[in-house]
This record gives sequence, C-alpha cells and structure tokens, in this order.
Amino acid sequence: MTVAVTAMTPSSAIPMRHRVVVRRRIAETVIVGLLLLATLVAVVLLVTILAYVILRGLPAIDIAFFTQRPKPFGEVGGGIAPALIGTVMLAAVSGAIAIPVGIAAAIFVVEYRSGRFAAPVRFAAELIAGLPSIVIGVFVWALLVRGLVGHYAAIAGAVALAVIMVPIVARTVEEVLKLVPNSLREAALALGAPRWKVILSIVLPTARAGVLTASILALARSAGETAPLLLTALGNDFFSTDLLRPIGALPLAIYRYAISPYDDWHTKAWGASLVLVVVIGAAGMLLRVVARQRVR
Amino acid sequence: MTRTFDRAFAVGVASLALLVPLTLAAITVLLLIDSWPSLTTFGFTYFTTTEWDPVKLVFGAAAYVYGTLVTTVVAVLLAAPVAVGAAIYLTEFAPRVVRAPIAFTIELLAYIPSIVYGLWAIFVMVPVMRSIVEPGLQATLGQLPVIGKLFSGTPIGLDLLSGGVVLAIMILPILMAVSREVLLAVPPTQREAMIGLGATRWEAVSRAVLPYARPGIIGGAVLGVARAFGETMAVTMVVGNSSRDISGSLFVPGYTMASAIANQFVEADSDLYFSAIVEIALVLLLVGIIVNGVARVLIRRSIADRPAGAVV
Amino acid sequence: MKKPLITSILAFATVLTACGGSTPAATGAPSGGVTADPCGVPVKGKCPTEASGLTGAGATFPAPIYTKWVDEYNKLTGIQINYQAIGSGGGIKSLTDKTVDYGATDGPMSDQQLTDAKAPVLHIPMVMGGVVPTYNIPGATVPLKFTPDVLAGIFLQQITRWNDAKIVAQNAGVTLPDTAITTVHRSDGSGTTYVWTDYLAKVSPEWKTKAGFANSVNWPGGVGASGNAGVAGAVKNTPGAIGYVELIYAIQNKLGYGSVQNAKGKFVEANLDSVTKAADGITLAPDLRVSITNSENADAYPISSFTWTLTYTEISDKSKAQAIARYFWWSTHEGQAFAKDLGYAPLPAAVVAKAEEKIRSITSGGQSVLPK
Repeated sequence: MTVAVTAMTPSSAIPMRHRVVVRRRIAETVIVGLLLLATLVAVVLLVTILAYVILRGLPAIDIAFFTQRPKPFGEVGGGIAPALIGTVMLAAVSGAIAIPVGIAAAIFVVEYRSGRFAAPVRFAAELIAGLPSIVIGVFVWALLVRGLVGHYAAIAGAVALAVIMVPIVARTVEEVLKLVPNSLREAALALGAPRWKVILSIVLPTARAGVLTASILALARSAGETAPLLLTALGNDFFSTDLLRPIGALPLAIYRYAISPYDDWHTKAWGASLVLVVVIGAAGMLLRVVARQRVR
Repeated sequence: MTRTFDRAFAVGVASLALLVPLTLAAITVLLLIDSWPSLTTFGFTYFTTTEWDPVKLVFGAAAYVYGTLVTTVVAVLLAAPVAVGAAIYLTEFAPRVVRAPIAFTIELLAYIPSIVYGLWAIFVMVPVMRSIVEPGLQATLGQLPVIGKLFSGTPIGLDLLSGGVVLAIMILPILMAVSREVLLAVPPTQREAMIGLGATRWEAVSRAVLPYARPGIIGGAVLGVARAFGETMAVTMVVGNSSRDISGSLFVPGYTMASAIANQFVEADSDLYFSAIVEIALVLLLVGIIVNGVARVLIRRSIADRPAGAVV
Repeated sequence: MKKPLITSILAFATVLTACGGSTPAATGAPSGGVTADPCGVPVKGKCPTEASGLTGAGATFPAPIYTKWVDEYNKLTGIQINYQAIGSGGGIKSLTDKTVDYGATDGPMSDQQLTDAKAPVLHIPMVMGGVVPTYNIPGATVPLKFTPDVLAGIFLQQITRWNDAKIVAQNAGVTLPDTAITTVHRSDGSGTTYVWTDYLAKVSPEWKTKAGFANSVNWPGGVGASGNAGVAGAVKNTPGAIGYVELIYAIQNKLGYGSVQNAKGKFVEANLDSVTKAADGITLAPDLRVSITNSENADAYPISSFTWTLTYTEISDKSKAQAIARYFWWSTHEGQAFAKDLGYAPLPAAVVAKAEEKIRSITSGGQSVLPK
C-alpha cells in the first residue's frame, strides 16, 4: 500500500542513501500495517457486537414475544409487547414535543440571527447535548415526577426524552437551514413576502429533507435511552397508553432482564436488543435515502 | 395585519426556542436546590472523603470521582490509538474504494444504544475479561515493578478495567469520526509539499498532516471524554458497583459518578442522602459544561478557521 | 350448658359471614348466603368505584410472588397493578415522595423514616421468606454448612478463600477448592440487605460496629449488584462468588445455597417449615414491624423475615384507597395459596388477623374504605 516515492537522487545513488530509503520504507510498511490493524480492530468489534445481538436475539423472536405481556418472575414465556408499545408511544409524544421546539430553535438561531437571544439558544442547546442522560433524568424527576405530575408517569419519560432530542434536532436543522442560499430569502423578501412566509413557505420546504433527517436521528437516539426512563417512566408490565401512568420501554426491559439471573429473560433481552438495533438500523437506511434525495 | 402576524410568528418561534436556555437554567437551579443540604453539610470534604455511609449519614464521593477518572482515562488510552489509527488509515492509506464504506461501518458503532453495549459487555466481554484478559495482564504486566499494582487482586471481571474497556468501545466511533473529519479538512497542499520534498507517505502524514490536525483530534478526544464521563448504563452493568477505598488496582469493583446515581437515586430516602446523590449530578452537569465547551472550541477552530495552504 | 354455646357459635358465624369477614384461611372461602357489598371483601371481581390501576414499587425479595399475585388479581378483577421491583429502599422513598400508590419492603421503615413520611404509614405483612447464602463453587455439589462466625467472617473479608480452615471445619465431606471468595452484595437500597445485616449484627458484634444493619450499609468490600435478581446473576456468573438472596432466587436459578446454624446450634436449610417456625411465638409489635432473625426456636431458619407492603393510612383518592385495601386483603387471604410453590411461607393465622385489622383501618376522607 505504500506509494512509490520517486526520490530525487541521481541514479548513481550512494548505497547508504539507498539503505536509508529502504529503512524508511520498511518503517512505513510497519506503521501502515499497524494502522490497518487499528482499522480492523474497530471493524471486528462492530461485527462481533452485531453478530452476538443477531445470534442470541433471534431465538427470542416469536409471535408471543411481540404480542404478549411478561410473565411473573421466573416463569418462562410471555413477551415484551408492553415495552414495544411503550417505546413507540414515548417516541411519538417526545417527538411531538422535541421536533417543533428543535426546529423553532434552529429557525431562531439562523433566521433571526441578529436577535439578542440567538447565541444563548445555540449555546444552551450544545450544552444540553453534552449532558449525561442521567442528569436529565434527575431533573425531570424533580420537575415532574416529584413535582407537577406527582408520580411516575409516561409523560415524564416523554419529556425527559424530548429534552435529550431537542439539541439533536436543533443542531441538524440549523446546518440544513444554513445551506439554503440567501438569495432565495432575499428574493422572496424583495418581492414583499413577510418574514414568516419566507420561512414557512420557502426556507423550510427547501430544507425539508434535512428536517426529516433531524427528526429520524433524534427519534432513533431516544429509542435507546435507558437512564432517564428509570427515574421517570418506571416501567409497566401491563399494556398501557395512559400518559399519566408509568409505561414500559424496550431499553428498560433490556436492562432489567439483563441483570436478572433467568436464562429466558436473558434471551429476551437479546431479542429486544435485536429489535432496537433493527429499528435504528432501518432509521439509518431511511436517512441515507432521504439524504440522497436532498442532494438531487 | 401581516405585520402583526409576522410579529406573532416571531414571538411564537422565540418562545419555543427560548425553552432551550430556560431548560438549562431550570436544570441548574433544581440541582442546586436539591443538593443544597449536602453542599452545605460537607462542603469541600465531599470530594476528599471516600466514606459513603447511608447509615451514619456521612457522604464523600471521592471514590466515585476516582472511578469516573480511572475508567475515562482507560477508555481514552485504549480508544485513541485505535480511533486515530483507523482514521489515518482510512483517509491516507486505504484503497479509495473502501474508504467511505469502512468508515461508515465503524461509525455505525455510534448508533448502537448504550444499553445494548451493556448487555453485550455483561455476557460476552466480562467473562473474557475475567478468564483470559485479566489473568493474562496479571501474569505479564502485573509482574513489573510500578505498574504491576494496577493488575493486582483477584480478577472478577466486574471492575474498573471492564468499565474502561466498554467505555473505550463506546467512544471509539466519536473519536474516529472527528479525527477523520479533521484529517479530511487538512488542505492537500500540506501532503503534496512533503511528498514533493521526498517524504514517504507516512512521513508526509506524520510531519505535515498530523500536527495540523492535532488540535482537532485533541478536541475529538475531549468530546470522547465528555461522552465517557456521562455514560451510565453500559458502565453500571460491568463496573462492579461497590464503593471502597481508592486502591491502585484496576481489577477492583468501583463506581462511576453516573453509575452511583443510577444505582442509588430511587432509594436515597433521607434528605441528606438524597442531596448527596443530587450533588453528584450537579458535578456532572458542571463538568459536562466545561468539557463540552472546550471540545467544541478546539474542533471548530481546527476545521473552520484554517485558510487553505497555511503552513503549520 | 351446651345448647346456648352452640347457638351463640352459630349466631357468631352468621354475623361473621354477613359482614363479609373471612376466616384467615389459606384459601378464601366464599362468604355465606348474604349478598356481599361488591366493594367489600372477599374480592370477587372489580368493584364499580375502585381504581382500575395501581402503581406499586419496592422489594425484589417478594417480587416473584408479587408479580404472580398481580397477574392472578388481574385475571380476577381486570385491575392492572403495576408492581416494579426497584428495591426496598426505592419502595420506601417512592411512598414517602408519594410517587407511587403503595410501597413494599422487607426492611421495616425506621422511626426516622416514618417521621419523614409526614403522615401515618401502615406496614402490612404479606408473606415470609428466608434469605439464603448462595454460592458458585466449581466442583462443590453438596450443600455447605455455614456457622454465623463463618458468614460474618466472609462478608467482613476476613475469610478469603473457600478452603479456609473455618469453612472446612463444618463441611467435612466436601472438597473445597483453593478459590478466592468474591462476596456479592446489594448495590441498591435493599430490604434483603436489611434482613441479612440484621442477622449478622445479631451474631457478630464486630459486624455490628463495622457496618451495622440497614437497607444500605458500608460494605467492607465485595461486588455490588442491583436487586435480588442482580445478586443471583452475579453469583451465577462468577466462580467463587457468594451472595445472599431470597430462597426462590437461588432455586429458580439452580444456584447452590447452604444451611445456616441457628441460635440453638442446629444447621437448618431454608424451607417452608423452617421459615414458618421462625415466626412461632413471636410477640407482634402494634405496628407489625418485627424482626424474626436468629429465632430461638429449635428448628427455625435463622435468616427469615416478614415482608411488608406500605401504605398511608389516609388516602385522599377514594378509588385508590378501595383498590389498595381490597388488593391487600386478597393478598393476605387468597394470595397465600401461591406462597408455597414459590418457596415463601404463608402468614400464620395470628398475623393475618393483625393484617386484617390494619387493612380495615385504611381510610379515605376519614372514612374506612372497607365495609364493616
């Protein structure tokens, strides 16, 4: 893999210089070999993890897994249906909160750039993005579970997820909005369109694919969050879509089953992981499709 | 009328957008209020004591801070060479055809949820650590004079080392993605100049490209550190969760700050105990803010501001 | 003299059945011919005014039977009682914070915790169980015998290898390997920890001073795991490990568990009989908080305990108060039938009678929720 370097030495090279060149080339081969090794390590890791998830998760997959609720501790059988429904519901509610707020934040920062508060909004979004999710869980617990709602509830879980998602949406949409050529905005404004119409009818539609990307990214991320849900949604082994009751979720089920001693539950944890990975993988594929359309 | 609507729209967008800094402020305030009893009772000794006793109501988080630092350092030491090495290989040496696909594959690691890492770590990684890696380390590096202490004690598998290793795997994709981005941003003139002067490919990279990219790569490492600091679930599942005196060994079960909160938050019943746990969250908040800020400044400076063709 | 006696007995029985009060039997008998209040007891189905769902949280010690109960109760009434096993400490805190409808714990609330709750809390005993020392010793297939000193010594990290003389002394016929002992304890606030450390504190003064007994103590070393399930899992995965779990967790996971020498010197294994015997002849405190570890009974298992559910005496939401009272009633009566198969000991009759008293004292708006 080394590129042949034409040394700028005359053909009547002194042997020592030749040895130096050879030594340098050997050093290069060794180092590049190490770099290749590093790459292989990273690739092998990914493949190993995915392989285990697939191989150990597949045995758990059957109709009961997707349709039944869990059996009492220690009994074999049942499924994770409440957790599946819970994840979908949490995604829907948290998305309904986070996507508009995230888009608004991005619009605020890009379109109303001269505003006094544009910088704080951006700064705050980046900081929240860097916070450990358990800290966000503690915050939402104090605000909603102990405070406004008064007990563990699905809405608290959704709000916690929304807080995590907003910076992701905002950051991605901001990048996309910045790509919209200013000439478009200026032309519209010159034609007398009001600011809000420029944003809603011209800028956003142009950035449509990016907004979709942002939403998918954020939803995929929220589907895998566990720590904040431990403190807010608590978990529910019954089917529930009540926002004011605790709710189950895939990551919660995986965690509780993983640390249990029951083999059946371990298999179910792998199965639930497989479902999560497939869903997130599908989201990723969707992203690629959307991105390709954007370029076009 | 349009003007009123325009204004209303702007206000509407602003109100939603301002929720973001408002949330950050609310987080800070709530954490401060709830950790107040602990802050005032223990003050600075909170960080210097390892005694964490819910019965006697004495709380010192030194062991948790130590655990977080140790696992983070291990994670960066393990992940950085692999990530940067892979990034260099994929930007400079790999056949062009495979560059993007392989990079994409590795970055896929970032999409795997933390809980799945935890699951894999408990059932696949920990047994390997316990029966192969840790005894191996003990037999080899454990025999050396100074660093041998790091590998002393009975290998259990559920310890600080495992915590560090799983963190390393988790920050690998971030480090690699940032490094790759930074390396790609280096103007080609840097490399070409070196090669024109007779350097081998590697020499060109190491002497002209890497120094140029170094701040950005360090920024990526800082981002990785930020991620490692706050990672909760995967670490909780393998780190051992036992608060003990700070010993010098990696084979000892420990806590990280995030895992301490995850384990003890729901049940910290006395006021002081509860506020001691919330204080951990407060510390994580503050550290997260600092570290994240530093990382982004470093990366942005490295990618955006260099004019093309500049000499290092 | 006989006739009046028989008459009064019959009259008494008729009055009892008319009131819907059931005798503390292991299987609930249907009440007599009088039409029972649908919101009374025994529970036949959902009553129109009670809540259709409850949230409970707490102990993992009884989680196998509690999850069985909520499943059965759901079949009977359609009510969804979501019980999440987050540990006794979590149960106590959640109840105190009022973030759940009822809590569950095997470590009774301390006086300080009761004060912090700011309103009277009832401890309602549900079942009894034993906490066993469970271990993973490659090659050892015979149950081991543990004396109190050995158990304390192991968890104080003073006895560090399985072939230590002190362990070998009690287990003559077993070949114990020269493997290091890894102790596993609860990393979360745990009633099981309370029971275990309560026992150790009684038998080892050194343990009492060094660590004490509570839902969460300062462990002198070892690995922490979350929940009874987590401890069982850690022991299962770690050769040479020893932990403490409720009996059913050791059985369900085919983990070896040892017998413990009780106060009378006999090595007793945890089972239905030995756990029941631990409660023989105890004097119940008025608030039903009582420790039955290290019982003086000859055949008692020394690390036994009651496990309680916790509720406020006064619950402002009447529908929830009714649901809680009726579910607790069912658990302490019909629910007892499920105890044996899951390795728990049903409540003695005297304890059930006390439990009934407590359940009847649950009020909403000052009014008792269960009909007389």
